[in-house]
Amino acid sequence: MNSDCIVIMGSNMAENHPVGFQWVMEARERGAKVFHVDPRFTRTSAMATKHVGIRAGSDIAFLGGIVNYILEHDRWFDEYVKTYTNAPVIVSEEFKDTEDLDGVFSGWDPEQRQYDVTTWQYAETVVHGAAGQREEGFSGKGEQVGKGGGGAGLSHGEPPAEDPTLQHPRCVFQILKRHYARYTPEFVARTCGCSEADFLEVAEALCENSGRERTGAFAYAVGWTQHTVGVQMIRTACIIQLLLGNIGRPGGGIMALRGHASIQGSTDIPTLYNILPGYLPMPHTEHYGGLEGYIEATSSPGGWWGKMDTYVTSLLKAWWGAAATKENDFCFEYLPRIDDDNSNYWTVQQMLQGKVKGYVVVGENPAVGSANGKANRLALSKLDWLVVRDLVEIETASFWYDSPEIESGELKTEEIPTEVFFLPAASHVEKDGSFTNTQRLLQWHFKAVEPKHDCRSELWFYYHLGRKIRERLRGSEEKRDRPILDLTWHYPTQGEIEEPSAEAVIAEISGHDDTGQYLSGYKLLRADGTTRCGCWIYCGVFGDGENKAARKKPHWEQSYTALEWAWAWPANRRLLYNRASADPEGNPWSERKRYVWWDAEEKKWTGTDTPDFDEEKPPDYVPPDDATGPDAIRGDHPFIMQADGQGWLYVPQGLEDGPLPTHYEPHESPFSNPLYSQRANPRRQWNKDLPEDPYNPSDGEPGADEYPYVATTYRLTEHHTAGGMSRFSPYLSELQPAMFVEVHPDLARERKLEHGGWATIVTVRAAIEARVLVTDRVRPVNVNGRVCHQVGLPYHWGSRGLTTGGAANDLAHMALDPNVHIQEVKAFTCDIRPGRRPRGPRLPKFVAEIRERAR
Amino acid sequence: MSGYSAEAKPRMGFFTDTSVCIGCKACEVACKEWNVIPEDGLVWTGESYDNTSTLGANSWRHVAFVEQREAARTDDDSEDPLRWLMSSDVCKHCTHAACLDVCPTGALFRTEFGTVVVQEDVCNGCGYCVPACPFGVLDKRHLPSKPGDAPLELPLLGKKEDGRVWKCTLCYDRLKGGHEPACAKACPTDSIQFGEVDELRERAHKRLEKLEAEGWNGAQLYLDGPEDGIGGGGAFFLLLDEPEVYGLPPDPVVTTKHLSEMWVTTAIAAAATVVGAALAFLGGRS
Repeated sequence: MNSDCIVIMGSNMAENHPVGFQWVMEARERGAKVFHVDPRFTRTSAMATKHVGIRAGSDIAFLGGIVNYILEHDRWFDEYVKTYTNAPVIVSEEFKDTEDLDGVFSGWDPEQRQYDVTTWQYAETVVHGAAGQREEGFSGKGEQVGKGGGGAGLSHGEPPAEDPTLQHPRCVFQILKRHYARYTPEFVARTCGCSEADFLEVAEALCENSGRERTGAFAYAVGWTQHTVGVQMIRTACIIQLLLGNIGRPGGGIMALRGHASIQGSTDIPTLYNILPGYLPMPHTEHYGGLEGYIEATSSPGGWWGKMDTYVTSLLKAWWGAAATKENDFCFEYLPRIDDDNSNYWTVQQMLQGKVKGYVVVGENPAVGSANGKANRLALSKLDWLVVRDLVEIETASFWYDSPEIESGELKTEEIPTEVFFLPAASHVEKDGSFTNTQRLLQWHFKAVEPKHDCRSELWFYYHLGRKIRERLRGSEEKRDRPILDLTWHYPTQGEIEEPSAEAVIAEISGHDDTGQYLSGYKLLRADGTTRCGCWIYCGVFGDGENKAARKKPHWEQSYTALEWAWAWPANRRLLYNRASADPEGNPWSERKRYVWWDAEEKKWTGTDTPDFDEEKPPDYVPPDDATGPDAIRGDHPFIMQADGQGWLYVPQGLEDGPLPTHYEPHESPFSNPLYSQRANPRRQWNKDLPEDPYNPSDGEPGADEYPYVATTYRLTEHHTAGGMSRFSPYLSELQPAMFVEVHPDLARERKLEHGGWATIVTVRAAIEARVLVTDRVRPVNVNGRVCHQVGLPYHWGSRGLTTGGAANDLAHMALDPNVHIQEVKAFTCDIRPGRRPRGPRLPKFVAEIRERAR
Repeated sequence: MSGYSAEAKPRMGFFTDTSVCIGCKACEVACKEWNVIPEDGLVWTGESYDNTSTLGANSWRHVAFVEQREAARTDDDSEDPLRWLMSSDVCKHCTHAACLDVCPTGALFRTEFGTVVVQEDVCNGCGYCVPACPFGVLDKRHLPSKPGDAPLELPLLGKKEDGRVWKCTLCYDRLKGGHEPACAKACPTDSIQFGEVDELRERAHKRLEKLEAEGWNGAQLYLDGPEDGIGGGGAFFLLLDEPEVYGLPPDPVVTTKHLSEMWVTTAIAAAATVVGAALAFLGGRS
């Protein structure tokens, strides 16, 4: 809303985040330029000042081009870059760039397909992944260092060598310059398939709208994350925004648009296997001698991750209450340990090998929503039991009698051993609770009606499940049962169905001290067991006994930051790292972008938001040598979750696939890498020997011509993800009542596709059919002199509901980003043919025939 | 408002500003939810993203999608420009409403808010209003769709035989309760603005000036004033191209405009017939 320039990339914001998009519209109405850089012309493009069409999967080339443009034309925000980022830091002389090694960084082990990151470190100092060494022990099993938490931290000792003039050949700034030197406008145009002029317009607009007086923002969603280089795409935007000084300032930033309600909440209080609430790393089997060892390994010497001991102790106290004492390490031993990559796709592969007995699926429909649907459904058929909790009987619950594999005869109902339990869930209007949105805002919703029949809330389900298990275990002497029996599991219930109080849960998460006082914020947490807090970043949401998430004071009764509307984590801050909205001396960069500043008279930070800095730390503060935690952060270093308080242009540790983003082709691509003989991200995860997950040949490999087009999947406003909440609703189904495929008129001519008719889309894994929507909105791009057609596939359909159709994810593969294990469904290859797909057993035959031809 | 005297309220209506419509169809869904309108068929049309196609008894809001190889603004110098127009259509609640004029039962009436509403418990399904509407908004609901089908069961209304006429009520029930209509409430970008018509007209003119200054191609107001053939719409629009591009009549005229003259002509013709017949009769005698 306060931006002067917004670049939406890797996101179709108007269609998938229409409510948040009102703020983009508002900015546009105030004169902000809005760019949409995307393979397709969507409803977002229609609203943008300009749409720039690029080839799916070429985002790093485009963004790297902007980095190069900034550096070539001296457009960086010098004062910001020199003080607030690691641009002056000198890197180890052992570090070698992809430009030196033809597409890999130093430390590459081709056997293990992973990096040894020691050569990426700063000169004369050791950086270690902290908040935490994390899952270092698993690096051999596809796990990375430094996940969760807030980046990595420097070890104790000397600060790294710096060159404040940015001239040292090994300083980050110069490395950056060399790394992106080849990302010229001409290279961008050739690789992405856009025009040089369009690229330059975006780059120039961003530069023009940055600096003291103006700010620009990026907005992205899964159009960036769902690639084998997803994390690095976002990283490239970070580099741009740090160079332009657009982080921590009003109208700046990189907006991660979350896919649906409270996805943000489900990472804060995680449904992920490798973190505990508040991004604390999950302990693993190979490390840590008790709590002390865990804290030692996971805390950072500087910044707020230095307070790890207070976060984890308060969490343990919240979970095990009186049973958690100093003597027994606050029950640290009760926490489960991970001993491997337990991510979603890894689990599916284990299922395929018969190694998983039971599976509980909640709020997800992997039979339609996960990449390589067939592999997912076959995996389900190898389980002993499966529990699905959802609003309706989704494809994941019905795979055993109506999946495509039943139709084709590859699965037979009577031969599937899986016992399936379907448990109906209550919807959000049938229960109290909070949603945490993209802006980290916790917003409370109240129950409107009672759930019908056997439908129950998640809270009800887990509370009563826990209660019943505890009843069964009562009196047990087994040591293994203690973690469950010692849990604090006493929540008041209400009504006929004995619904637990959601407010009691949020109060527990927010925390209190040993006198029963509600805590007002995480700074009050202690490591001695006298405070309890279920998630340190949420500490204070129930401060003073008031459910602050439920505050609904309208914006016209307060300042535009609306601090009394709901509550944002942490500490009700609406803009993270907002110390950066002031210059190193603590004064606003400009009157126009005034936000948080140092009040020299009062000797404290103040502004229109809660300052994201120690309130009384002066701008000229220099930490003494023995300082730790937040005290080790200088008064002019705004990034307080980083051990050095700086924004990282270059990441010496914490990423699996390189300290700098580099353009790689997608796992499946009809093109070679224009930069290196290394085609795709060398560190991506893919399955060499999994028969259920074969890959289309890419450029240069025999048979690549059989799958000549680039496919990309996406959502439509009218439907919700894998369809469970929309295909069963008549009012939504009628608005998009059939699976369709979007193709350009030229491709339609090339493949004899008829508008309104049927087409069959084929990969080596599957073939699905769809109605043909011929449109100018999906344009071919010219890549390196070759025309590249793109095929657009919404992914909402499956075999059930009021509207049924082919599942686009059946076509996709399970090659993953190495940092976060996310599938690459935004760019893979396919073929498209006129007419409907073969029926029954002829379908797998048809797919196999093409696969054979491609050998 | 005539007939209401003290109960009369300022005339309320919609200003639909299509330059900020993002085509999310929240208006269509909110309307259906609030007014308990049945599903309108699961038919994929291939007409861009528009699967509603038209306003009707079971679709009181309809978002049109128009893909064009044209530039949205004059400063767009793209070689092969593209724009995608979206516009949420609705009953116009005409100042001179032909449907009202022709309704023999009084089911159609003008409310104290100046809107035009069909009373479902009075409508007898005669259908006179259907051809009377210059926009094709009025439509009879046919349930069941095929002979022999069981009557459709509506979630809140129970079993309903039908054949009556249904259309936008501008959420008469919500207005009575002091709320804005469901579509306007749901619209995330304020493309659908609800308010007093006089005030909305002013707002619309200012908006047009801004868009013209910014160089938007084709920006124009539609049904915004009393000069047109229906005396202006209670629901009016800011469009980015000619009305017919959106499927709207360019120069709508209230179909009962010539009704009085037609009655005079008819009377003359009838008189002539009588006289003629009489003359013939008399002539025969002679």
